[in-house]
This record gives sequence, structure tokens and C-alpha cells, in this order.
Amino acid sequence: MTVFILRRVLQAILVLFITSLVVFLGVYAIGDPLEILLPADASMAERAQVAASLHLDDPLPLQYLNFITSALQGDFGRSFVYNRPALDVIFERLPATLELVTTSLILSLILGIPLGLIAGVKPGSVTDESIMTGSILGFSLPNFWQGMMLIMIFAVWLGWLPSTGRGETGYILGIRTSYATWDGFIHLLLPATNLALAQIALVIRLTRTGVQETMPLDFVKYARARGISERRILFVHVLKTILIPIVTVLGIEFGSLIAFAVVTETIFAWPGVGKLIIDSINMLDRPIVVAYILVIVAMFIVINLVVDVLYSLLDPRIRSRAS
Amino acid sequence: MTTFSLRKSESMAARILRGLLSSPKATIAAVICLILVFSAIFAPLIAPQNPYDLNEIDFFDAKLPPMSEGYSGMTYILGTDGQGRDMFSAMLYGLRTSLAVGVTSGLLAMLVGTALGLIAAYRGGFLDSFIMRFVDLMLGFPTILVALMVLVVFGQGVGKVILALVFVQWAYFARAVRATALVESGKEYAEAARCLGIPAWRIMGGHILPNCLPPLIVIGTIQVASAIAAEATLSFLGIGLPITQPSLGLLISNGYQVMLAGLYWMSVYPGLLLLVLVFSVNIVGDRLREILNPRLAQ
Repeated sequence: MTVFILRRVLQAILVLFITSLVVFLGVYAIGDPLEILLPADASMAERAQVAASLHLDDPLPLQYLNFITSALQGDFGRSFVYNRPALDVIFERLPATLELVTTSLILSLILGIPLGLIAGVKPGSVTDESIMTGSILGFSLPNFWQGMMLIMIFAVWLGWLPSTGRGETGYILGIRTSYATWDGFIHLLLPATNLALAQIALVIRLTRTGVQETMPLDFVKYARARGISERRILFVHVLKTILIPIVTVLGIEFGSLIAFAVVTETIFAWPGVGKLIIDSINMLDRPIVVAYILVIVAMFIVINLVVDVLYSLLDPRIRSRAS
Repeated sequence: MTTFSLRKSESMAARILRGLLSSPKATIAAVICLILVFSAIFAPLIAPQNPYDLNEIDFFDAKLPPMSEGYSGMTYILGTDGQGRDMFSAMLYGLRTSLAVGVTSGLLAMLVGTALGLIAAYRGGFLDSFIMRFVDLMLGFPTILVALMVLVVFGQGVGKVILALVFVQWAYFARAVRATALVESGKEYAEAARCLGIPAWRIMGGHILPNCLPPLIVIGTIQVASAIAAEATLSFLGIGLPITQPSLGLLISNGYQVMLAGLYWMSVYPGLLLLVLVFSVNIVGDRLREILNPRLAQ
């Protein structure tokens, strides 16, 4: 067991190291930030001075060594654009993204589970067919197009909800959040729905399969024999047993939602890390790009590692197969 | 199925065709796919104007709504964009770019993934576990993040976008080919071939690979759809194709900037075309899965 965990941790560190190297090299190659930072008529002396102050004139291996030692201490350099530590800029934007992602997860649970239960209880019925077709649509509509249509319908034509931006925020328990004000809340609705649509489709499918697998089991028959209403059996007894795998999958999906927030945030001008990374790529703000990718990749690796280890604790077969 | 043994001898192409035609939904989707592919190939012949020839577009016709008549007397069925370009023509050319990028990257990913999957299955041992760890890793990351990383590392451009898409997709092919190849190489015909002393690479390439084709066709179709959607997303974000080769995603992105002002046609129509394209390829892919999956066919 310890050997298994140790191997996975080592693999995770190796992946992170390779990612850092590849990203560092790639980002070094894409463009010269001096072109953007300096006016076109800057003298050679000015160029050299700025290059020296940003350590852009060191040899590449030395730059990487400097980069990785400070990165390990949480220092990814100063953003060229904001002139502040890159990690600070990212962590400042992260709460907005996390708010969007958690809202989407909650939305996908409160919409996906009931729909999945209804679809699964009568497979093949008209309700089931239409819910499942809807979920296929949720999977295959390109995310950015969904977002545009949401804006088109609810903001432009109906005028019910604001189209873009985060709106007013307030503080609840010391956390800055959109839930504190009505304006913030209605600004949150469209982007959260946009991000949640694919997840809703996923939850519907998971729930439906779960219901179909659970309904023929003995405990359901026993509950029926005890005279418990069908509704209570479905929404209490069956739901309890299928909730665990659904929550597990959503836990894993948390990371990909943060990644997909890139699209949603760009469409809705939501001031989170996703919009930050796209802006930074376009402005060649290297420290931010590198810091973002490494933070997100590290988060992913940690989530996968935790899931791997937990699964191997629960299911010894996985352990023996891996070694 | 009483004629099971007869069915087996039917060629795969015939089986696919019959399977597609037996489902009305899939037939319609396949016909739409064909129409779209032909319109993309013959776009220069069909399009009323070449939208990227400055001599043919008229700046006075900018931002005309659908069905309006232009300065030169031409009717713009789907309106014009901010430069006076006919939207219909721009969409045909965009479709061309989108399809070309999607199909190229799908095929390249298939090539790379199949090769690595076969090597993993054939060599086994360290190489196998190394390739499969890599596959797991790739499949664990969301598409958009991997594509973003590739584009950040290698820069932008058509070739880079294709590279990013191949990088995102090869793992699906590798996993499927390895799994099928492992099953197939345990079968009697593979054993017989080994007994005949046929070299391993020929068994893999000539005997086992053809039997891996069904899953490859299915995954290939679905991956082309997802490549088209992914390319559109990247172009929409402004980190995909360059402005000189506008794909559907870029057209949508350009139109999006004026959508809030009520000029809906510049983004909605290219969006609908993208949707129809991706959706019908997916439906065909779904049907192919049903036809080619031996468990479902029986």
C-alpha cells in the first residue's frame, strides 16, 4: 500500500516537473515581452535595462533554475502587465471562478438528479426519451455557442437578466460573493447555467443508470412490501444509494469545470482566472500564463492522486493490477 | 438472427451502409453531412462571391440584415458582416476551413493513436505501461486545458491548432486500439498466424489491425465532430486560427462582438451551421457505434 502511494506521488511530481519544463520552454519561445512592454522607439540601453531587471538576459538553463526555485516558494515572478506578483493576481481572481464553478455544480445537482430520477423510473417512456435527447443536446452543443444563445435570449430579447460582468458583490461571513446582493445574484445566473449545462447532462445520465440498476434490487422490493409510497422509495431510498457515485464523479469534474470556465468567463466577461489566462496569452504576460498552467495542472494532479489513492484503499484489486 | 453466418461474410462497407439506411434519423444526418462536405469542397463554385477577394465585396453593403438587396443589386440571403461581406459565402468558406482542420486532425490523431496503441499491445511490458500511463494522464485532463497548453507552448497558427487537436485526441484511439488488439491477438487466427512463423509486425499490421477497424471508425467519426467543436472554441477564444483563414468559430466570434447591438445574423447563422455540422456527425457516429458493436448487433 505504502509503495503504491509512494509510486503515485513520485509520478505526480515527475509530471509536474515535466509540465513546468515544457511550459517554461514554450512560453520562452512564443514572443518577446519587451516588444509589448516598451514603446517602439525605446533605445537599446533602455531595452537592456528592462531585460536585466526582469532577468530576461540570463542564459536559458539559469532562467529555468531561478524560475523553478522561486516557483517552489510560491513566487512566479511579477506580471508584466499588472506589475504585481503573478500568483497574487491569480489568487485574487480565483474566488470569482470558484464561485462560478460551485454554483454550476449545485445547479447540476438540483436540476440533474430529479430529471435523472424521473427518466430512470420509466425507461423508454416519452418523458425519458425527451429528457435523454435533451441531455445529448447538452453534451454536443458547443459551450460557447450555448453561452451566446443564453445571452441572446435572456439578455437581448427578453431583457430579464444582465448579459455580462459580475455585478455587485458583498460579504457573507467575510467572503466576497455575488450571493450577497440581488444584482450579483442575477449576474451569476447566466454564466453558471452555461457552465452547468454539460454537467447537468452528465448527472442526468449517471442518475438514470443508477436508478435502473437499483430499482430491481431486493431492498426496493422490501420497501414496497412495507407499503412505502413509490415517491418516497425513489426520492429517499434509491436516491441515497446512488448519490455516492454521483458526488464522486462531480468531485473529479470540479477540476475540469475550472478549466472550462475559460470559455464561460470569456463570453460573459466574468472576472475570474479563465478570462485572465486568455487576456494574458494575448498580451504575452508570461508569468501569469506559466503560473496559471502550473497551478491548474498541480490542482488536477492532486485531485487525480487523491482519487487514485482513495479508490485503491476501497478496492484492493486496483492496487494489485497497478503493481 | 438466423442468417448470422451470412451476415458475417458481408463486407463492412455494405454492413455500414445498410445499418445507416435502416435508421431514418441516421440517414438524414448522413445526407446532411454529405451535403455539407460537398458544399465545403465546392465552396468557390457555390458561393455568390469570394468573401476574401476585396474586389468583390462592397463596403457600402456592410451590416445589411438577411434578405436585403445590396448596392450592386445582389441579394444577401443571410445578410452581410461589418465589411460588407456576404454571410452565406463567408460561412461556406468557413465551413471549408472548419472541416479541413477537423478532418485532418482527426485522421492524424487516428494515425498516431493507432500506432502507439498497437505498439503498446504488441510490445507489452515497460513500453506498454509507459504509453498507457501517458494515455491515462491525457484523458484525465480536460481537452481545453491541454489544447491551451499546446498553443501556449508552440504558438498560434493552423499547423499549431491541428497539433493541439491531435495532442488532445490521440489517446482515445490508442486506448481503443490497444484494448481491441489485446483481445484479437488472443484469438485463434492470430495464434495460427504465429504458428506459421509470420513476423510479429505483419501479424499486428496485416491481421490484427483490420479487426481493430470497427472501433477506429466509430471513434474517428466522433473525434472529428469534437475536433471541429474544439477548433471553433479555440478560434472563438481568439487563440485558434489566424484571422486570414476564418473558420466558423472565428466568424461566430466576430459576429459576437456586434450581437448585443442587435446584429444577430453575423453570429447566429454561422453558429447554427456549426451546430448542424457537429450534431449530424455525432448522430452518424452514434449509429455507427450501434452497427459496428458486435454486442449490440446480435
